[in-house]
Amino acid sequence: MSRIHVIKPGRLTTVQDLGRPGSQRYGVTTGGAADAGALRLANLLVGNPEGAAGLEITLAGPTLQFAEEALVAIGGGEFEVTVEGQRLPMWRPLWLKAGAELVLGEARTGCRACLAVAGGFAVPRVLGGRGTYLAAGFGGFEGRALRAGDVLKVGPASLWARRLAAALAGEPRWNSVRWEVGAAARPRYSAAPIVRVVRGPQWDWFGGEARERFLSGRFTVTLRSNRMGLRLAGAALDLETPREMVSEGVVVGTVQVPPDGQPIVLLADGQTIGGYPKIAVVATSDLPLLAQLRPDDTIGFQEVSVAEAQELLLAAGRLFATVKQGIALHAA
Amino acid sequence: MKLGPLGDSAVVVTLGETLDATTVAAALRLAAALEAKPLAGLVECAAANASVTVLYDPVRLLKKGGPSPYERVCEWIEARAATAGPPEPAPGRDMVVPVCYGGEFGPDLAAVGAEHGLSSDEVVALHSGAEYRVSAVGFTPGFPYLAGMPARLHTPRRKTPRIRVAAGSVAIGGAQTGIYSFETPGGWNLIGWTPWRLFNPHAQRPALLQVGDRVRFQPIGPEEFGTARFP
Repeated sequence: MSRIHVIKPGRLTTVQDLGRPGSQRYGVTTGGAADAGALRLANLLVGNPEGAAGLEITLAGPTLQFAEEALVAIGGGEFEVTVEGQRLPMWRPLWLKAGAELVLGEARTGCRACLAVAGGFAVPRVLGGRGTYLAAGFGGFEGRALRAGDVLKVGPASLWARRLAAALAGEPRWNSVRWEVGAAARPRYSAAPIVRVVRGPQWDWFGGEARERFLSGRFTVTLRSNRMGLRLAGAALDLETPREMVSEGVVVGTVQVPPDGQPIVLLADGQTIGGYPKIAVVATSDLPLLAQLRPDDTIGFQEVSVAEAQELLLAAGRLFATVKQGIALHAA
Repeated sequence: MKLGPLGDSAVVVTLGETLDATTVAAALRLAAALEAKPLAGLVECAAANASVTVLYDPVRLLKKGGPSPYERVCEWIEARAATAGPPEPAPGRDMVVPVCYGGEFGPDLAAVGAEHGLSSDEVVALHSGAEYRVSAVGFTPGFPYLAGMPARLHTPRRKTPRIRVAAGSVAIGGAQTGIYSFETPGGWNLIGWTPWRLFNPHAQRPALLQVGDRVRFQPIGPEEFGTARFP
């Protein structure tokens, strides 16, 4: 089994997959990569199942040394990626020679990237998922963020990946293909996105002005944001009349509003039960955009119907299937 | 029963506006009835207090020209609710949770009593004399929300939440009592502490207390911690 040594851990690097659906009853969030779109595409580029475990990198990336040659791909926010000072492209399969030291620097744009390696990171499945759940300290690599000195194991690469690696091998340090996942096939990241939302269960509790402010205004991402949620600052969203509610289920993308009127958008590690009124829920297709926001970025919300949100998701699925076909053809 | 979307992949079914025993039991029964005959594309039905959260995969439920996945899930919920048959006793186990009340283990015990003109002993007697139902598990993994607390113990949350509440803290927040399953910030009033470990992701039963369980509290002294560990 191939090994990767963590030389520097980066700001916050965790093993993530597509989460553990079906665990809401235990109070366990779905979790997984905050930008699932980036992880799925990176996995395709190295011949993995789209839900294989990869690394989620935050703001400043790790330095990784590959004990054996490897095929890797990086997608998500734009990070500086180098091997011995040479810049490497994102959104492409990259072949690395045995012993190569891959340096992921600062994020130039966005907040997170996903690194996939052919074969996936071999960590045990816990409650149906391989992702790290930091708040509860389980899953991923020993239930925590990576540290210097950690040694990660990699599973067996697919035949497709081994063929591609063989075709790219032979260069002194690294090599890559001449094609990439084009911008049109990637999530439409922005530092000031407008994300689509469906009205939340307590939409009617908010006054007309608050609802108008929510849909027309812009909110600023604050420093107190993390994988659990984006804490936003902006014009206060107040209830028509203050009222208490019985706590009920919440999901990733839920926009809840505490008494101070400043909304919180739940991300991958958000809680499963909430007692704050929910003004809206972000469309699943737009969740990757949330994952790329960093403090001082702004966000706006645009209302769509449930049926429209579901059509957006279907369209994203069709685009993904096209990319998958394209990648398969390229390597053939 | 009121149905509404929680985004494009979930439906919230609200069975009432309060946490009374009938509403909680109705939510438990509905969740069990839905999971007994799942729809293809269903991810999970989780009872949560007075509601049930139904999570589904819209992509698996999309049919060209047909009703939207959301409409299909709502139709299925309504049909199941109508044909679920006579109310069966909702599932659940009987659990007796050992609690060391007051002192350093429950720093807000006296304050809760003062709020209602009760002595600390009276608060303990009321709290440990009632039978509770786990109406939801969440906030953190394995944190049980318990319904059925005597009205004389209903106490508003603390104005300033604590930065750190120890795992195992037994607490009162409004009309509910609960047990912190992880060390987290928290605004509930702490009245005691249990040596039980409420969440273990590697266990057969990851959340020790699950929705539908009936719970009683057994007062113990600190000297009994060793023997009170959950087997």
